[in-house]
Amino acid sequence: MTESTDRGGIEVEGLVREFKNGPRAVDGIDLEVAQGEIYGFLGPNGAGKSTTVLMLTTLLPPTAGTARVGGFDVVAQGPQVRATIGAALQEAALDPLLTGREHMRLQTALHGLGKRERETRGNELLERVGLAYAADRKVGGYSGGMKRRLDLALALAHQPRILFLDEPTTGLDIQSRTALWEEVARLAGEDGVTVFLTTQYLEEADALANRVGIIDHGHLVAEGTPAELKAEIGRPTVEAVPRSEGDRERMAAVLGRFGERAGSSPRGVSVRLEGGESQLAEVVRALDADSIAIEHLQLHAPSLDDVFLAKTGRSLEGSDEEEAADSETGETEAVGAA
Amino acid sequence: MSSSLRNQIGQLAHRSVLRTLRQPAQIVPAIVFPLFLLAVNAGGLKDATNLPGFPTDSYLTFILAVPFIQGALFSVMNSGTDLARDIETGFLNRLALTPLRGAALLSGLLAGSLVLGIVQAVVYLSVGLIAGAELAAGAGGAIVLVVLSVTITVAFGTIGLFAALRFGSGEAVQGLFPVFFVFLFLSAMALPLDLLTTDWFHAIASVNPVTYLLEAIRSLLIEGWELDQLALGFGIAAAVGVVGMTAASSALKTRLVRT
Repeated sequence: MTESTDRGGIEVEGLVREFKNGPRAVDGIDLEVAQGEIYGFLGPNGAGKSTTVLMLTTLLPPTAGTARVGGFDVVAQGPQVRATIGAALQEAALDPLLTGREHMRLQTALHGLGKRERETRGNELLERVGLAYAADRKVGGYSGGMKRRLDLALALAHQPRILFLDEPTTGLDIQSRTALWEEVARLAGEDGVTVFLTTQYLEEADALANRVGIIDHGHLVAEGTPAELKAEIGRPTVEAVPRSEGDRERMAAVLGRFGERAGSSPRGVSVRLEGGESQLAEVVRALDADSIAIEHLQLHAPSLDDVFLAKTGRSLEGSDEEEAADSETGETEAVGAA
Repeated sequence: MSSSLRNQIGQLAHRSVLRTLRQPAQIVPAIVFPLFLLAVNAGGLKDATNLPGFPTDSYLTFILAVPFIQGALFSVMNSGTDLARDIETGFLNRLALTPLRGAALLSGLLAGSLVLGIVQAVVYLSVGLIAGAELAAGAGGAIVLVVLSVTITVAFGTIGLFAALRFGSGEAVQGLFPVFFVFLFLSAMALPLDLLTTDWFHAIASVNPVTYLLEAIRSLLIEGWELDQLALGFGIAAAVGVVGMTAASSALKTRLVRT
């Protein structure tokens, strides 16, 4: 174990979680997160993200493997792990009949803070997440964004060194999402909190995470900084849409001379440019030479979705439906078990 | 009991009471429905007092024991559905991530039942007395009656907690309600045990603990201070509470698989 993971990081080796009559929701994951780092755990529904978080937060025992969080073993030292971490799990788990302030009081009290400290800490956190104005309103009347912000505040009640956020912005509007990103970035940057963030949003991982791990079917298929992962893929993609639907096959043949096919819109054709973006002019000339009229032409820089596609053969965007069946036997079962 | 455990129980009790008081839909039926049945039974079955050996000439006094048990049955539903909701929404996981002890969680959750039990008992007794029922044990008996009623309510509440932890769904807990009502109907609810002449009914009512809970309450209303019956009533309530709490603790360990 490194000094960094010992103090406030996460170290995972060969972590496995198997469910009765189901697949291995998590199948031998190794990863390391340094103190103060934001680690984005990216994958579609049912990939094993939430099951991993449940194991790392001590709410689900692993079937095999080891994990140390903040220097403590998640199996043998559960209470110490829980004292070190804060967690906002999937779906803001709040009591609609209690107010925001009552939630804060309960959370701080259960963590053993003294009476005066509870009030101070609760008010400070409600202020920080922008909920001071709604502190005395019942949570049942909060918007989705407000609930998520309160969830984050509750996770921070006892000043944890490590924060687990399980899809914290799912279902939020852009404004609420951006506000949450800013707060998470501030926590890591200014307070040195280690953040383990699961998401199915590529832009979230791209914008927030220092490093990203991509999980698919319980396996970690790629890991690195967003820039490193994109650099691995390297080549940009050009997508063209013919003006006439009948020209699509001919367009595919022409573009095929410039690189391998990539995922595209139903009417378009995409290829990964082997020679990089400088080939764009050649592409246009080749289509023009074959008299193929272009309705739309776009050059895409490599994205994390391209990384996911390259590593799994599928696109992350839109892979949720395909994964829905997996989630019923995997992650859903995990939450139920917990 | 350590101060941290006391603090945890206090916090969860506070939440449980707030939740109960903020859900009129829990409180109103638990009070109104038993009173409605009281009115129907007291009016419709009053001629039962003409049966030889009937212990009182006021059927209202006799049947007044029933709302206390019916109210306790609502406690199964209320405590169970509250906890089931916590499981379904993930709130239990939030609590599991704190240093919360299982005993504090269960005890705290029963506080709502306790408060509701006090309100129910006071209302049933007051309405009954205003309507003309007797209380042979006097003012002291009223206090013991409320304590006994609350003990029964809390004891039944532990069964609701167990059901919620075992099945994890509010619907499953609500499904228990008719089952418990069968227990009530197969007891000495409408007639004294001695006057239940149908053999099979008498046999079932004789082994049904609800019969003895009713008789303990009736002893205060009709006879005064019958210590044997009171001891049996309190003993059965305590036994139900201990069994329920033990089962709930075990189910909590299974439900909360935190390491």
